[in-house]
Amino acid sequence: MTATLDAARKTAQNTEISLAQAVNRALRDAMTADDKVVVFGEDVGVLGGVFRVTDGLTRDFGEQRCFDTPLAEAGIMGTAIGMAMYGFRPVVEMQFDAFSYPAFEQIASHLAKMRNRTRGALPLPVVVRVPYGGGIGGVEHHSDSSEGYFVATPGLHVVTPATVSDAYTMLRAAIESDDPVIFMEPKRLYWSKDVLSTTGPEIGKAAVRRAGADATLIAYGPTVSTALEAAEAAEAEGYDLEVVDLRSIVPFDDATVCESVRKTGRAVVIHEAAGFGGTGAEIAARVSERCFHWLEAPVRRVTGFDIPYPPPKLERHHLPSVDRILDAVASLQWEDR
Amino acid sequence: MTVLATPDKTGSGFPLGFDTILDPSPLQYLDEHGALSGVLRDDAPELAPERLLATWRAMVVGRRFDVQATTMVRQGRLAVYPSSYGQEACEIGAILALRATDWFFPTYRDCVSMVTRGIDPVEALTLLRGDWHCGYDPQRWRTAPQCTPLATQAPHAAGLALAAKLAGDDTVALAFCGDGGTSEGDFHEALNFAAVYQAPVIFFVQNNQYAISVPLAKQTHAAALAHKAVGYGMAGVRVDGNDVIAVQRVVAEAAERARAGEGPTLIEAVTYRMQAHTNADDATRYRDEAEVEYWKPRDPLARLETYLKASGLLTDAVAAEANQAAEALADDMRARLGEEPEVDHRDLFRYVYAQPTPQLLEQAAGLQAEIDAAEADTEGEAGR
Repeated sequence: MTATLDAARKTAQNTEISLAQAVNRALRDAMTADDKVVVFGEDVGVLGGVFRVTDGLTRDFGEQRCFDTPLAEAGIMGTAIGMAMYGFRPVVEMQFDAFSYPAFEQIASHLAKMRNRTRGALPLPVVVRVPYGGGIGGVEHHSDSSEGYFVATPGLHVVTPATVSDAYTMLRAAIESDDPVIFMEPKRLYWSKDVLSTTGPEIGKAAVRRAGADATLIAYGPTVSTALEAAEAAEAEGYDLEVVDLRSIVPFDDATVCESVRKTGRAVVIHEAAGFGGTGAEIAARVSERCFHWLEAPVRRVTGFDIPYPPPKLERHHLPSVDRILDAVASLQWEDR
Repeated sequence: MTVLATPDKTGSGFPLGFDTILDPSPLQYLDEHGALSGVLRDDAPELAPERLLATWRAMVVGRRFDVQATTMVRQGRLAVYPSSYGQEACEIGAILALRATDWFFPTYRDCVSMVTRGIDPVEALTLLRGDWHCGYDPQRWRTAPQCTPLATQAPHAAGLALAAKLAGDDTVALAFCGDGGTSEGDFHEALNFAAVYQAPVIFFVQNNQYAISVPLAKQTHAAALAHKAVGYGMAGVRVDGNDVIAVQRVVAEAAERARAGEGPTLIEAVTYRMQAHTNADDATRYRDEAEVEYWKPRDPLARLETYLKASGLLTDAVAAEANQAAEALADDMRARLGEEPEVDHRDLFRYVYAQPTPQLLEQAAGLQAEIDAAEADTEGEAGR
């Protein structure tokens, strides 16, 4: 009997779930663990969200715990802030990256600042879930990489999972955090599947996804899988690449990144957002400041172009690709090797 | 209460009975001559003698605070002070009608209401002195930090009220806002959310006729700001914002409705900003002195005083005590705000995060090293 149960449990444990399902499970488990956790946003109730991430939450927890809001992102964010002031832990959804912009004033002027301006008296444990990035054939305003705006706003934590297990563990940690967390969900990974592990490194720690000796690919969110693909392809060209998944942009894990770059001596930073003034610029600067004497070549960036996000039939030219990453790697001054 | 928006009371032949129900003349109990209209029931709590005297006393003290703060800007003790002189009926009436357990959300012009709540004047002026952003403990006083970006605190009030409702508490939230703030998107989103969730919140618009230099006519084409309630399906009322009895009554009824689960209320209090926007503003560039003169005899404190004297409630002894309290407050402000405040550079980093980032800790250590080095230099020079 016990053996059968164990076998069943093992099967359940080995069942692959999607990243969207992992987010759903994290919300469920957090709502079960703490009745102050509430989930709200546009279409997150009966419909379960446009990506089905909140599927069944209203049914299972009731409308007081997971509810639809009027269609107004500043209102959603402001309401979350007010609820957090009263002791709740709201998790709100900005339906798509570019739809979060109306909420930006609430995020920048209040969510990020409230704890500081009140000397810690009003912490705001709010999680803002932002499905972001391209690659899903979305029309205008549905594919932005908006992390740069949040990263440039002190007072926020900005994290982004690239794996099923990180989606779960990082969201649980974000909900438990007493700081506001912008939780950027790479929407093109929503349907990627893996076996879920409910334990993982804490927020703020980067993960080495692939060990290598020759150069470090630094990626986060949607570009981690592209970086891994590029690393596989690079093997044929004779490069042994290491891939670092940042997981968290704020706080930034200088230690893991620098350890890797000092080992390999070369670095390429990859993200979908425009390069100019982007997160990659900060990462390249940090690496240059800290690893200059170990670097064999300038830090390169492979990013989206400095253009408004293109229409679906052109996005393949815009998104960082395996080829573009390989070209960047090839340009890292290998002459004297 | 004059509930402006009640679709079931139409019957005018117009969709919402716009011209029949939405009478834009403000509700008034105490007129500018200090005469009480007979409309208000004698047993209204606002008419109880001790309540009237307490209200008058709070207005005397509040006005003295305002005058003193303005003086201290001229003396360089405050960076800036947006005066609410002449708006005491709103500032004080609204607060006195709330319970201590209710939350309120002030703007930068609402220091007088904060002091009325009991917040230390020095803590109330911390923002404007510039030694920190919010000087008081918001949890202790159930008072949000003063909000500068217009109307952005209104959705917070809606959210807090919703939270209180979900928690089963009878807490009410009141958000102040100006006439200019009603043009902001956040104002409208807050009203809509509050109405949809029937949240126990009061949106109190102090229509003081100006948003810095821009008069109300350029802010809205509506006959009354209170009419905006109609579009959100909530109660709206327009009240004489210089009549402290009417303001208290209206807020008290809105709070009762909110506690009874009847949802939010929009209150428009018609008043006037007697001073310039701040000391840095020059009101003569955009308004006539004649307009200010028109409002002077409509002063909220004077009319209550006239009424109290005529009814024999305001004795010399009562007046002397209140004036003494007001002067004591001013003396205290002079003394404590006259001192240079102590600031701590470590505060720059201390409160940003519950879980500070390594980058922030590094920067804090860097600043500390800079300061230590500078101090060592100074000591070295002194020792020479």
